[in-house]
Amino acid sequence: MEFEFDDDKPIYKQLVEKLKLEIVLGHFQSGEKLPSVRELSTMICVNPNTIQRSLAELENEHLIYTKRTAGKFVTEDENIIHQLKQELAKDKIDSFVSDIETLGLKIEDVIKLLKERKNS
Amino acid sequence: MELVEFKNLSKNFGSKEVLKKINLTIEKGKIYGLLGPNGSGKTTMIKIINDLLQPTSGEILINGCEPGIESKKIISFLPERTYLNMNMKVSELIQFFKDFYEDFDEKKAVQLLHKLKIKETDQLKNMSKGTKEKVQLVMVMSRKADLYILDEPIGGVDPASRDYILETILTNFNDGSSIIISTHLISDIEKILDQVIFINQGKIVLNEDADTIRKKKKTTIDKLFREEFKC
Repeated sequence: MEFEFDDDKPIYKQLVEKLKLEIVLGHFQSGEKLPSVRELSTMICVNPNTIQRSLAELENEHLIYTKRTAGKFVTEDENIIHQLKQELAKDKIDSFVSDIETLGLKIEDVIKLLKERKNS
Repeated sequence: MELVEFKNLSKNFGSKEVLKKINLTIEKGKIYGLLGPNGSGKTTMIKIINDLLQPTSGEILINGCEPGIESKKIISFLPERTYLNMNMKVSELIQFFKDFYEDFDEKKAVQLLHKLKIKETDQLKNMSKGTKEKVQLVMVMSRKADLYILDEPIGGVDPASRDYILETILTNFNDGSSIIISTHLISDIEKILDQVIFINQGKIVLNEDADTIRKKKKTTIDKLFREEFKC
């Protein structure tokens, strides 16, 4: 796993986003065991406390769960993962739309452009 | 719980005030970056924790006690300069550390050295500056200490080896122990820090959680440092 971080944003937040993406992409599959905090820490060269904090946030959002003594696992609830995918897509669209708006284009123009792109 | 406590501590060298009424707590289980420009008092603070200098006034407590034999047992210190006998072989150095420190893990040291392709028969004086630094770091990190103090651990090491060194530090950072890293090479180490301490002219000017700084200032620790200490 290769993770690059921007040092000007909270690293734990970035890690939460990256792990969410890994789950949506199925690199960590539903029900799969996650590497331990220590393993993740050395794998991506980030402080173990930061890893802990990110995993706690994922757990809060029910994306992962802890089996006592066995470690942390990706949720087996496919609905949650599906929902996450929708959320990530929405975030992408939000940032796309705001980029488009700074160019002075309207949504309708963009839809036209997208259709053209699809047809070409 | 507090591992180290500076209470209103000052240190003078003659009429020069090097540390001015420092109040600082080092907690268990965290990695601290002690960052400041040249001559700001970093090494003096580190030497006081290690009982190599005495405060002029105020107090320093390690696990609630004054520094001494007991505190040396729980602190593993990598000084800025080499203090090792250059005529030693790596195997002799390992024996030396084993004799000195009860908590030295020989197996771990050998393992880490092999990973760096350093042989036990190698002699220190035949090594490059960077390799010597790596050997020393391995020795220091192979102790099972409560507090590791690393004064400029990556200064002489090439960028490719820096990542290996950070990995070594992280792998051996066991639960409940703490690390204080002092360095100028902030961008190389900032993502492994929990807490950032800026020191300038003998005073603590910032002591904050690394991610909180990034969130509040929307900048890297390295850039913040450059701004704060602009000449």
